[in-house]
This record gives sequence, C-alpha cells and structure tokens, in this order.
Amino acid sequence: MFRNQYDTDVTTWSPAGRLFQVEYAMEAVKQGSAAIGLRSKTHVVLGCVNKANSELSSHQKKIFKVDDHIGVAIAGLTADGRVLSRYMRNECINYSFTYESPLPVGRLVVQLADKAQVCTQRSWKRPYGVGLLVAGLDESGAHLYYNCPSGNYFEYQAFAIGSRSQAAKTYLERRFENFTDSSRDDLVKDAIMAIRETLQGETLKSSICTIAVVGVGEPFHILDQGTVQQIIDTFEIVAEQEGPDAAIGQEAAAEGAAADQGGSTDEGVAPMES
Amino acid sequence: MNFMASKQPENSLLGPEADSQRTLYPYVTGTSVVALKYKDGILMAADMGGSYGSTLRYKSVERMKPIGKHSLLGASGEISDFQEILHYLDELILYDNMWDDGNSLGPKEVHNYLTRVMYNRRNKFNPLWNSLVLGGVKNGQKYLGTVSMIGVNFEDNHVATGFGNHLARPILRQEWHENLSFEDGVRLLEKCMRVLLYRDRSAINKLQIAKITEEGMTISQPYSLKTYWEFSAFANPAQGAVGSW
Repeated sequence: MFRNQYDTDVTTWSPAGRLFQVEYAMEAVKQGSAAIGLRSKTHVVLGCVNKANSELSSHQKKIFKVDDHIGVAIAGLTADGRVLSRYMRNECINYSFTYESPLPVGRLVVQLADKAQVCTQRSWKRPYGVGLLVAGLDESGAHLYYNCPSGNYFEYQAFAIGSRSQAAKTYLERRFENFTDSSRDDLVKDAIMAIRETLQGETLKSSICTIAVVGVGEPFHILDQGTVQQIIDTFEIVAEQEGPDAAIGQEAAAEGAAADQGGSTDEGVAPMES
Repeated sequence: MNFMASKQPENSLLGPEADSQRTLYPYVTGTSVVALKYKDGILMAADMGGSYGSTLRYKSVERMKPIGKHSLLGASGEISDFQEILHYLDELILYDNMWDDGNSLGPKEVHNYLTRVMYNRRNKFNPLWNSLVLGGVKNGQKYLGTVSMIGVNFEDNHVATGFGNHLARPILRQEWHENLSFEDGVRLLEKCMRVLLYRDRSAINKLQIAKITEEGMTISQPYSLKTYWEFSAFANPAQGAVGSW
C-alpha cells in the first residue's frame, strides 16, 4: 500500500503527513514487555514485567536508577534504553557537580525528548526504539513522564507501555483519581496489581516483575524480591503456587529433611540404565 | 641539534608571549565586602570605591548586583573581572529562564556554578581576580557563601572578603546571632564598615547596603558613615613613639 513507498527512511514524509519510520519505532515499544508507572503527590512507583528468554538466562534489566531522585523504566529495544539511561545519568551527574543540586526532572525529560527528535530528522540515524517512563522528584513534587521515540513527552498520573499494557491502563484508569493522596504502600500495591493485569492469568511472582520507588525522603531504589513477594502474598493470589510445594513438603517431612526432597520425589522418573 | 622539544600549542597560556593574554595582576580594584544572615534574609555591604593602585580613582562603582530572582552577588578585586562574571551569570540566568518551567537557580546553585568557574580559571593560570560573596533566599532557606580567585569556597552565617576578613569577621564572631532584626543587622554591618573605613586605606566613605529576602532584593542609595577623628591618641600620634635612630 502507500505505506511501503514512504517508509524507507525517516526523512521522508508520507502524503498524509506522517513519518512512518517513527511510527514503526513506536511499534517496537508496543512489542516490548510491559512497564507501568504511577504517582502520588509525594511518591512515584515504577514496575515492569521481566521475562527471561529461558530458565537458564537472567532477566533483562528494564529499570535503571538515574540519580537519587530519578529513575526510569523502559519498554522496547533495551539496548537503546541502556544507552539513553547512560545519557541521563551523565546529565544528572554533570548538573549535580556544577550546581550541587539535583537536576529537575522536567528539564531532563526535555533534553531526552530533544535527543530523540534529532534522530527523526537525520537521514543517517534511526529513531530510538524504546519508550521511557521517567519517574522523579523535584521542587514542585513527584512527576511521571513518558518519553516516546517520536521526541514527544507527556506527563502522567499513571501510565503503562509495552505489550498488553492496555489491560494495565484500564486498571489504572479506574483508580487514578485516588492516586494523588495514596500512601506509598498503597501505591506499590496498585503498581503490582497493574502488572498482574498485563500477565493475563499467568501467576504473579516476584521473580518475573521488578518494582522501584522514589519519594520524598526516599531515594530511588529497586525493591528486593523478598519485599515484593511479601506484598504479592498479601493479595492471596498465590494459592496455586502453594500446591506443588505443599506436596513435596509432605514427602520430605517423612524423611525429616528438606534436603532429601530430591531423593524422595523419584517416583517413577528414574533414568533408564542400559 | 633540533631535538623534539616539547612545544606549547599556539593558544597556550604558559610561556613568555602568553603573558599578555592572562591576568597577572589586577588594575582597578574594589575593597572589602561584608555580609551576614539576618532574620529575613541576607544583608550585604560594600563601599563604592574603585582604586587604581594607591589612587582612589573611581567613587561610584556598584560592587553588589542582583542575580536572578533569588541571589545577590558582591565582589572585591578586579572590577573588569567582576563585570565579566556578571556577563556569565546573565547568560546563565537567561538560559535558566528560557526553560520556562517553574524551576529556577537558587543561591546555592549560583554559588557552586561560580566556584566551578573560578576554580577552572585558576587551573588554567588565568584567574578572575575577585573574591565573591553570594547570598540569597529561596523557599525560606537563607544561603550565604563566598568564593575566592583560587576557587576556595564555603558557606557561613557571616562572610567577608579582603580586609574584611581581618577587621570585620572578629566583630561578627562576637556580635552576630541568629535572627538579627533588620535594624540590628544594619547596625552591625555599619560597625564593621566603620572599622574598615578607619583602617583600610582603599576604603572610601561612600557605601551601599543591600538586602535580599524571599520577596526580593533592595539596595540602598549611597550614603556615608559618621566618623570621629578627635580621639586623643590620634591627636599627636607620634607622641609616645620610640625613635629608631
């Protein structure tokens, strides 16, 4: 169709006034695994779904600390995200060094957006294929911004990007009016619930999601798995997970040692000797 | 023989020909600046003299200027370098305002920026020959700091430059306290400036006092201090002096 004629490079407009390469870059964001963000007056929480390629590999890092008062969650080409995080860290640390003051989030976000815009207007570059949810604190309070590959940025009360983010967005849309006055812990709970929506039936475990918080008096940090799992447990949605563990536990109890778990569960799975 | 001697690049500031390009000594200088924190903000005093060596040549030099919405800068040392610093700060504040985003550089940020500038120039052996006093109030927080021409910087409840350090700071150490009223602050500064007037030969009897608070900055019209020269010890100063030959 017409689309294919005008999508070869980013410096070609389509007759309808669109830059297809930029739109394709935004598609890359939609294909990445989900990331969500929400904020109250004093805190911002970021969460993302971390799917590992296989059981053998580690999870991809999708949440980056940029400074004590700023963090970012990405969706899309994580390599592009990593490079942009490095840029953001650099800008923050240079500002801190010169002014002994934290870089206002709003300014960092504009710099990031301008950087992305450059890639939409050079024939020898391609747009960044990553969407960034920037969470930060400055003099005027807590902020959550979304930076897209087009070079646009928007401020949000709550947002979700990546695959199946619509489910999270629906969840957030229903509740966002209450977020401003939420407590920090309620905000974290809502973040985890929003992530659960994107999993669509899959069991929510702390091993497949990452949560990070920044707030007044609380520098940006990623919550450790134990803490996240505790919060998940309070939702009482891990009943299925207790099943297989309980069964193994019963057999091990007979032996009296958890270490014997391996030996006691060899019910019929012994390798065939030749 | 022509060995590969280490040659300076053409724009280097070291070497004999480069001396004309970097500051070796100051020409037109201002003397002390004294400042203190008081209840509502910062009070700063400086006379209006610009000396040309030992000549008290210029007598209407404003050595204190507002910077942005929240800060006040006072300078002693080379006046032309002070004007250069004002130019840098003008640009800095301009770019800050152009963001138009509700954030603004406060006195702490300006002070640290100046520290970086002064230290970097010192490293290039081309200093801005000034001692600066930077004070201001932002979001209820009072800030008062100083930077020297070699980049030494610190904050305190009261600061001074040049002779002020030797003559005014001891008075301030004795008599300064938190939450000075405006009148008390002015009285204290005038006391310091009077001592400087008596004892610093580059001081002139024409000074301004500037005040900066959350609401903004005001600078007084130039005025002079009352002095008394009829102390008996001054009447015949050489009376008790021991002759040397």
